Amino acid sequence: MNRNYDVIVVGGGPAGLAAALEANKNGAERVLIIERDKELGGILNQCIHNGFGLHYFKEQLTGPEYAQRFIDMLEGTGIEVKTDTMVLSVTPDKKVWAMNTEDGYCCFNAGAVVLAMGCRERTRGAISIPGERPSGVFTAGTAQRYINIEGYMVGKKVLILGSGDIGLIMARRMTLEGAKVLAVCELMPYSNGLKRNIAQCLDDYGIPLYLSHTVTDIKGKNRLESVTVSRVDENLAPIPGTEIEFDCDTLLLSVGLIPENELSRNAGVPIDRRTNGAVVWQDRQTEIDGIFACGNVLHVHDLVDFVTKESMIAGRAAAEYVKNGGFPETTAENTVSLAAGNGVSYVVPQKIAVERTEKFVEAFFRVRTTYKDSEIVVRADGEELNVIKKSQLLPAEMERVVLPKAMLQKAAGKEITIEVRTKGDN
Amino acid sequence: MDKIYDVVIIGAGVTGCAIARELSRYKLSVLLTDKENDISCGASRANSAIIHAGYDPEPGSLMAQLNVDGNRMTGDICEKLNVPFKRIGALVLAFNDEDMETVEKLYRNGVANGVPGVEIIGREKLRELEPNVSENAVGALLSPSAGIINPWEYTIALAENAVENGAEYKLRFETASITRESGVDGASIFTLTSAKDETVKARCIINAAGVHSEEIARLGLFGEDVELGFRTIPSKGQYFLLDKTQGTLFSRVMFQCPSKVGKGVLVSPTVHGNLIVGPDAVDVDDPDNTCTTSDALAFIRKTASLTTDTVSYRDNIRNFSGIRPNTDRGDFVIEPSPVEARFINSAGIKSPGLSSAPAIAVKVAELVKESGIELAEKESFVETREVVRFRELDNEERAKLVAEHPEFGRIICRCETITEGEILAAIHSPITPLSLDAVKRRCGAGLGRCQGGFCGPRVLEFLVRELGISPNDVLKDLDGSWIVKLRDDETTN
Repeated sequence: MNRNYDVIVVGGGPAGLAAALEANKNGAERVLIIERDKELGGILNQCIHNGFGLHYFKEQLTGPEYAQRFIDMLEGTGIEVKTDTMVLSVTPDKKVWAMNTEDGYCCFNAGAVVLAMGCRERTRGAISIPGERPSGVFTAGTAQRYINIEGYMVGKKVLILGSGDIGLIMARRMTLEGAKVLAVCELMPYSNGLKRNIAQCLDDYGIPLYLSHTVTDIKGKNRLESVTVSRVDENLAPIPGTEIEFDCDTLLLSVGLIPENELSRNAGVPIDRRTNGAVVWQDRQTEIDGIFACGNVLHVHDLVDFVTKESMIAGRAAAEYVKNGGFPETTAENTVSLAAGNGVSYVVPQKIAVERTEKFVEAFFRVRTTYKDSEIVVRADGEELNVIKKSQLLPAEMERVVLPKAMLQKAAGKEITIEVRTKGDN
Repeated sequence: MDKIYDVVIIGAGVTGCAIARELSRYKLSVLLTDKENDISCGASRANSAIIHAGYDPEPGSLMAQLNVDGNRMTGDICEKLNVPFKRIGALVLAFNDEDMETVEKLYRNGVANGVPGVEIIGREKLRELEPNVSENAVGALLSPSAGIINPWEYTIALAENAVENGAEYKLRFETASITRESGVDGASIFTLTSAKDETVKARCIINAAGVHSEEIARLGLFGEDVELGFRTIPSKGQYFLLDKTQGTLFSRVMFQCPSKVGKGVLVSPTVHGNLIVGPDAVDVDDPDNTCTTSDALAFIRKTASLTTDTVSYRDNIRNFSGIRPNTDRGDFVIEPSPVEARFINSAGIKSPGLSSAPAIAVKVAELVKESGIELAEKESFVETREVVRFRELDNEERAKLVAEHPEFGRIICRCETITEGEILAAIHSPITPLSLDAVKRRCGAGLGRCQGGFCGPRVLEFLVRELGISPNDVLKDLDGSWIVKLRDDETTN
């Protein structure tokens, strides 16, 4: 069995598929995708609703259809795939230890590694919801898997905490399956889901959305019996006396996603505490030479189309890295670092090598809260490099600014911050 | 005629299971019972998971002796039964002069109780041993024989080993009443009747019912008007369990000075590499309500911040609570019922019960013998238990295992690196697991940061396939905790 590859992609979801295809297209001859599940496609396989592909394919696809487009593209490329195979470790010298029932436990050598492991859901424990610990409390994605992949029902009377997209999609899904969705509760004063999902998944079915509310108690010795919801104040603390008790047998949690970076951490890849993903350069190379990261393992995206685009950057760079035997060292004078300023929670990439920039770099970021009629200000050393007017900014929707090469050359050796300016600020 | 067991044990927590194992050395018929659907469903699965050194109990108490003896025995048993146990040592931190006095008292206790290696250390040594400890700590008691353990796997291993050696078990048997009659030799024959009206007969009963041990002990008075001699005062303690990112903050169990209500809030690595923070101690009326509360969790965080402010609670993966079977006695209650030598109470086994369990078992076996039941050793006693832990194997061992047994080549629980082979071994272990949590307690699948979000559906399928049961009947934990329903099933309403 051959164990040497130009590029090994860890993860065969949308990120891994796009990265592998793009690496192949750009001259990487031996490319291997390692996927832990029995099929390629990742979480898209259980996302049987439509709305995928509007940006990339300019049409509405379901999750499995979107994945299948990329799986079909593998044909004839010579890209190798190992499914039902788990990567157990990646080393800084790009050895990939993996295991499956056929090959056993073995080590592969890579010229470059692309990390595309995706993310996992935050659990009840992550937000310390108090109360009893009965069955019937699921993360929304686990319930989605039980219903859409395994063909089971998870309950009949449902409350949902968190108005992220998975929570909204599951509100509709449970309703279509005959369950009664009592309400969706959201801690923040605004929804964390896409606007279209609020309309299509809640409004269309008359499901109420309680903003500034959270779960403060869970009752049920064995199976869930009731959930108490309280309104929260401006510091997100529950207000006593505002409790509403919902009799229900199911609580779905859609309270955030966490990039799955255990392999990255063990490889020594530095992690940005704001994204929970790797610190990367504009080509999505991490701080470890030849190890790249893309998709939801890097930062949580709201649309798969953007995952695909980002992963193409990483795949192409991985191929370039292998072809050129590495990238030239970037000096501090030739580096621009990107930082999240006022009102911005994170920026990706965090670093830009100016000499490796062709025409421009796209910086992706999220705002901390909702803003109306505000401005995005790009600044270096106090100097405003660009100001973009925005009628509305939402934390749920990833924003983007283009940094032209000329601007980067001017800011070389410095830090560029991206910030939000509202009318009151100066 | 119904079988009459030599010994029936009520309660399959760590005490009951240790007793079952100890008695299975002898030519006795032993039945281990519990009201729940698995072993280790009470205090034994929800505690600090510490094997205490034995400097806390008052010298001369039963607790002091059994703790120190139990601590010593635990290492050997865990090695033989292949249970995760690490003797990492403990520190009791002092933050002021008053605390230092407590530390000195604990040191004297430790010496008097025969705890090996206790010493008092100053600020510098403390910071050298544990760099993440608060600057405010001025000194500490160092006690190297304390350890950390996987308490539920320990309990299950004891039960499995007992079963391996001929003991029987009966779960979902909640003892509701006990009657006695005179047997042919004049000694009592007991009939235990369950809440579901099943019966079992015994020549000797051992009450190891944890938080319910007072209720069971009262059944052992057989209506006679005598004082029981103790009363249980259940006390709840709540915890944070944090991800492995936090598991390396300390290399020892970090206690604060104990108070009357408990051993104080501790911060400690776990045998799985996580960090545990807790517990508080609040007396409760309902011994079965293990809910957590935001007030208690906030209190624990605040109290633990004295020990260290380096814990990232963002990395919390679970909160839980356990109920201590405290009594008004202050010591363990290990003695026969005042009216019946063959009704032996092993009650009020609060902390350090987990640490003392093997010594308690020996003590109870002596009481069985004293009651006139002969303890004749079996010709052979299986002392060991084999368990495959893929995660702990080196590269060569992993390659060899997977080449021979391909089912170990498929990781099902990615957070804890648990293979299909390990899950199948758990499902076919001597005491069949009926729930996802029972599988988790046997092999660790679902214990990690995603809390079974990814592996839960897979483990459910394995239970359905291997046990030939309906998905409707796979439980999350206790009876009634159904997870999914088949779509044509209307019983969800």
